[in-house]
Amino acid sequence: MNRLVEEIFGDEKPERHERFRGKYPVRVRGLANSFGDQTIHKDLDLDVKRGEILGVVGGAGTGKSVLMRSIIGLQQPDAGQIEVFGQSMTDAEPDEALGVRNRWGVLFQGGALFSTLTVGENVEVPIKQFYPDLDPEVTHQIARYKVVMSGLPEEAANKYPSELSGGMRKRAGLARALALDPELLFLDEPTAGLDPIGASAFDQLTRSLKETLGLTVFLITHDLDTLHEICDRVAVLADNRVIAVDTVPNLMKLDHPWIQEYFNGPRGRAALTAQALDELRKHMDLPIAAATVKALDKSDEDEA
Amino acid sequence: MGTAAQYTLEENDDGRTVLRLAGPYLLSNLSQIDSELRKLDAEYDAVDLADVTEIDTVGAWFACQLARKNSVEVINASERAERLIDAVGDSDGDTPIDAPRLPLFQRVSESMGTKIFDAGYGVRNVVGFMGQVLLGFAALARHPRRFRYRALVSQVEKVGVNSLPIIGLMSFLIGIVIAQQGAVQLQAFGAESLTVNLVGRITLRELGVLMTAIMVAGRSGSAFAAQIGTMKLTEEIDAMRTIGIAPVEALVIPRILACVFMMVLLGFYASIMSIIGGAVIADLMLDIPFWTFLYRIQEVVPTYDLWVGLIKAPVFGLIIALSGCYQGMQVHGNSEEVGQRTTKAVVQAIFTVIVLDAFFAVFFTKVGWG
Repeated sequence: MNRLVEEIFGDEKPERHERFRGKYPVRVRGLANSFGDQTIHKDLDLDVKRGEILGVVGGAGTGKSVLMRSIIGLQQPDAGQIEVFGQSMTDAEPDEALGVRNRWGVLFQGGALFSTLTVGENVEVPIKQFYPDLDPEVTHQIARYKVVMSGLPEEAANKYPSELSGGMRKRAGLARALALDPELLFLDEPTAGLDPIGASAFDQLTRSLKETLGLTVFLITHDLDTLHEICDRVAVLADNRVIAVDTVPNLMKLDHPWIQEYFNGPRGRAALTAQALDELRKHMDLPIAAATVKALDKSDEDEA
Repeated sequence: MGTAAQYTLEENDDGRTVLRLAGPYLLSNLSQIDSELRKLDAEYDAVDLADVTEIDTVGAWFACQLARKNSVEVINASERAERLIDAVGDSDGDTPIDAPRLPLFQRVSESMGTKIFDAGYGVRNVVGFMGQVLLGFAALARHPRRFRYRALVSQVEKVGVNSLPIIGLMSFLIGIVIAQQGAVQLQAFGAESLTVNLVGRITLRELGVLMTAIMVAGRSGSAFAAQIGTMKLTEEIDAMRTIGIAPVEALVIPRILACVFMMVLLGFYASIMSIIGGAVIADLMLDIPFWTFLYRIQEVVPTYDLWVGLIKAPVFGLIIALSGCYQGMQVHGNSEEVGQRTTKAVVQAIFTVIVLDAFFAVFFTKVGWG
C-alpha cells in the first residue's frame, strides 16, 4: 500500500474506501483572511452539501479564489475553522491533511497542467504519487480512460498542453482533477475564456460527471449561464462574507443591491430568458409554449 | 469479506463459471489484487459484482477489462456500478500516453536539419534587424525631435549608474588577483617591480573592458531581452505600432545608445578600479608604496593602451545591446521563450565579444600598438 499513508497513520490507517456519508463535506466557520491592511474575509460561514453543485459568485476582489485556497489548504487563514470530510484542515499538521488530499480534485483557472508532461502523464502524476505500487500499465490505462471521460479525444493523451486549445486544456485539467476518483471537486472559473459553445459543453460535462460519479462540486464562476444551468445552490460573497446561499430564483428575490444588480442586470436577465426559452423549446408540442417562443423570437428580430 | 478486495471462481447451479468479485474495488486498494487477477488464466462466463461493497471508476474499469478479456458480461452490478461502467466503457483504445518519439536515426538528422535551417533564418533575421536599426537611426536623423531623451536617460541610469558598485568591486578584486598572482611568478625572476607593468597594461588593454562587457551582458543584455520579450508577449509592441510609434525608435535605439556610451565610461572606470586594486595589494605585499605604483603606471603604460581599451568598449556595447534587443524582438508564443531568448542573448553577446576581442588583439599588435 501507499508508503506515505502508512508512515503517517501506522496501523491505525483510516478505512480509506469509506465514502463520506455526512451531510456537509465542507464546513467553514468564522473564516478570516487579510492581506496587509486589506480585509478579504471576516466571519465567513459556508456549508457545502453532499452531492450538490455549489456556485460561488462575487465581485472582483471579494476573495472567491482566496476562499477556495483556504479550503484546500494553500492559504493559512488568520482565524476560523475549516472542516473537509469532517476533518479539520486548520488544526491539522500538513502531513495529516494527506488523508484528505486524495479525496478531492482541483481544477485551477489556467488548467495548471505541468507543461513538460503530456496530458496523459499529467493525469498519471497524482495516481503515481498516491499509489506507487500500481502496475505502470494499469496507471496508463486509467489515465487514458480519464482523458476520454473528460471529453477529450483519446489522441489528446500523448499531446503536450501547449499543443491544445484553451478549452481542451481545461478538460485536461479536469481529467487530472478526476484522476483519484475524488468525492469533492473544486473548479475555479472553469468556463472563463471559453466560447459559448465550449462553455455550455463544459457545463454539461460537469453536470453529468457529478451525477455519474456522485461528486460534490465547489464551483467559482462569473458565468451567469453556468449558474442558471447547473448550480443547485449559489453562494454570494460580498462585504467580506457569504451574504446568502440559496437557489438562483430565491436569490433574485433578495433585496441586496449587488445581488439585484448581478442577477437582474441586463446580462442576468438575458441568461434567464435564454434558459426559459430552452425550457420552452423542450415542450414545443404544447401550443402555448410554441406561441411564446415564436413571439419572443419575433421580438428579437424586430429589435435587431 | 472484510476490507480487502477479493475474488472467487464459482460454478453456478446451471454449470456456468462465474468470477465473483467481493469487497471494495477502488483505486486505493486495487494494487493488492490487480496483478493476481490479471495473471488469472481461468475461463469464466460472467463477472459478478453482487458482493462488491464500494466501487469507483477505477473498479468499474477494472471489472470491464476482466469481462472484456473473456468477452463476457458483467452481471449483478449495482446502480452506481452500472453508471460508472457506462461512463468508462467508451475507452478501450491503446493510444500511448507518452509523446511520440521518432527513431534515433531520424531524430538526430531532424534536429541537425532544424539547427541548420535555424542558423540560416537567424542570419537573415539578424541582417534584417540591423537594417531596421539603421533605418531607425536614419529616421531619427531626419526627425531629431522624435528622439526619446527620457528613455535614453533612464537606460543610462539602469545600464551605467546602477552597475557602478558591482563593476567597481569586481574590477578592484580582479586588480588584486592579477597583482598578487603576477607578483608571485615575477618574484622567481626577481622582477616584482614589473607587477606595475603587468597590472597597468593588462587592465587597460584587455581585462577592464572585457570583464565589464561580460558584466553588462549579464546585467543589461539579459534585461533588454526579457523586457522587450515580455512586451512582445503582452502585445505592447503591437499596441505601439498601431499608435504610430516605431518600436525600434522607442525601445531599441535608446538601449543601444545607452549601452554604447556607458560601455566606454564603465570600461574606463573598471580599468581604473583594477589599477587601484593592484596598487593596494602592491602596497601591502610588495613594499611598493601606493602612490609610487600609480606614478610608475604613468611611466610604463603607453597611452595607446588606453585607446585600445576605449576603442573596443563601444563596439562591445553595441554587440550587447543589439543581441539583447534582437532576441527580445524574436520572442513569440509563450513565456517559456522569454527565458530561452534571454539566455541566448547573454550567451551570444559574451561569445561574440570574446571572438571580437581576439581579432582586436591581433589587429592592434599588427598596427604597432603592441
